[in-house]
Amino acid sequence: MTRRWQIISLVIAVVVLVLLLVLPHQTDSTTTLRWAQVLYIGIAAMGLNLLTGYNGQVSIGHGAFFGIGAYASALLMHNHGWQFLPTLLVSAPLCFLVGVLIGFPALRLKGLYLALVTLGLAVVFPDLTKKYVHATGGTNLVSLTREELSPPQWVPTSVSAIGRDDQWAYYVTLGAAVVLVALAVVLVRGRFGRALIAVRDHEPAAETVGINIAQVKVLAFAISALYAGIAGSCSVLVTHIANADKVGTFQLSIEFLVAVVIGGTATIVGPLLGAFIVVYLQHEISDTLPGHVGSLGPLQRVLGDPAAAPAIFGLLLILFVFVLPDGIVGGLKRLRAALARHQPRHPPPASVAPLTPT
Amino acid sequence: MLGVDVSLFFTQVMNGIGNGAVYASLALALVLIFRTTGILNFAQGEMALYSTYLFWYFTDRGWAVLLAIAVTLVISFIGGAAIERVLIRPVEHSSPLVIVIVTIGLFLALNSIVQVQFGPDIKPNVPRFYNAHVYRPFDIQVSRDTLVLLATLGIICLLLYLLFQHTKIGLAMRAVASNSESTELSGVPVGHMLMLGWGLAAAVGALAGMLVVPALGLQASLMQGILVYSFAAAALGGFDSPVGAVVGGLIVGVAESLTTQYIHALNGITLVVPFGIILVVLMVRPQGLFGTKRVERV
Repeated sequence: MTRRWQIISLVIAVVVLVLLLVLPHQTDSTTTLRWAQVLYIGIAAMGLNLLTGYNGQVSIGHGAFFGIGAYASALLMHNHGWQFLPTLLVSAPLCFLVGVLIGFPALRLKGLYLALVTLGLAVVFPDLTKKYVHATGGTNLVSLTREELSPPQWVPTSVSAIGRDDQWAYYVTLGAAVVLVALAVVLVRGRFGRALIAVRDHEPAAETVGINIAQVKVLAFAISALYAGIAGSCSVLVTHIANADKVGTFQLSIEFLVAVVIGGTATIVGPLLGAFIVVYLQHEISDTLPGHVGSLGPLQRVLGDPAAAPAIFGLLLILFVFVLPDGIVGGLKRLRAALARHQPRHPPPASVAPLTPT
Repeated sequence: MLGVDVSLFFTQVMNGIGNGAVYASLALALVLIFRTTGILNFAQGEMALYSTYLFWYFTDRGWAVLLAIAVTLVISFIGGAAIERVLIRPVEHSSPLVIVIVTIGLFLALNSIVQVQFGPDIKPNVPRFYNAHVYRPFDIQVSRDTLVLLATLGIICLLLYLLFQHTKIGLAMRAVASNSESTELSGVPVGHMLMLGWGLAAAVGALAGMLVVPALGLQASLMQGILVYSFAAAALGGFDSPVGAVVGGLIVGVAESLTTQYIHALNGITLVVPFGIILVVLMVRPQGLFGTKRVERV
């Protein structure tokens, strides 16, 4: 049974990867970039899942790490003329280090208190960039030109074709995603993953079996920061800017968490599925929906209003966790279990009489 | 104090106390919900925002200000109780993460609903129920806003104290906060108490919003900054302590106003202050100044 599911999962993974590889050649630039966005949100969500899903530390501030990664890459390319790929060697370790620094105070904090401090991170980070980054017109917006973003010489021209610079952005993000999925699988399956889960489920008990709680928690924080940072770096290729404002950073932090929860906490593919839903749902709500409500009369004014998009998204979110509190993957697992229970059709043991007081 | 303008210093302290009273009120709302349900309500500020828009709408229709406040308070109370019943109750026993998602969904929804329902523009002239005035005892500037906010905070505290310590309903609510299973077994309708807690929190938050809005102007981002400071206040005081919320709110307000005035290195990043406070307090005394320490057993 389990073996069959393993093979099926492997086949699905290969098929999905092949589809993702040919995707840019089958669609236009807009769709390719949207998929790149799905991938980088997915990367960040995967990292957050290591922290929140596997280790039980809730963060609503990972938009800040995403921002640090984005700014590191954008500033190195813009001010120092770096190519994109080498900037990852700076942004990823940088985010890891900042993650360690934030992770240490996080040791003392549990659950919602930690959420609160990470919320502070998301709120303070935009102010810090406004104070210390002086780019376009003195603002904190770093805007990159096409030349600064152009792929290196060795990239085949079919990918770096003029007018399709979306492909370079897409393939880099896809590459990062594949490497980071593999890393997540290795981490979770191994000793470290067991330690993460043990600490999440029962901290005092985990300590008594010799797990170094502080080390595991800080490392989980730092690794998730690294994932978010790489995601931020990739976002620069896709959006051509690095920027931070209160609404944006908070929104990103929420998107990562939402992707984790609706995809399925403590699963590998959950956050990626969640990222797909978050990106496409928001796109459908704000771009497609207003065009389709023409005949709804009074509802049209409400649904067609761009300001209504977060309301629809928020309400759908609530509805979603009502229906599937354990996310898509959790729902699928329950479905699988239900099917498995259904197949053998054991007749219920008829001999058990109802317990009645005598 | 040599070389420091004393009256400026005290003016800033009074400003801080005024802001602090607002933070304290919203922190009280957070604590009311946290004590009974263990939920950190990220939508608390946006619930108050909706109430404040409603208040503006009534006054814009020419209602007397005090009448508008009273009606808004009643609607907010009912709305808060309804939110508990409809949105929170079904996920009450789910993982904390699911509850966080629900309150965040509510946050996004309310913030966008006010913009759709009342228009995205800033409403600059929200009326007060008194005339704005600045008192100047000893060259210290104290606005009447500050005094009204402080007085209101005092009244809220007094009413909550009377409710919790001297009525049967208050006793039942404290019982729910202390041990909800045992309370249920002894016949207290726990669900109604939770609804009551959310209703009260919504009303307290609404009052804070309605009193602070004339000075700040009404827009959709009004409560977000305030909520952040209120979180700081509640963390400082201890999330399960109403007294802590009030003291915490006032400390955070004064700290904010003094750092803005005197520490120029923090210009533009004053939000570092509340989070510095949260961080230091939680590191040194995780349960907050007035909170109860929890004992953990294997």
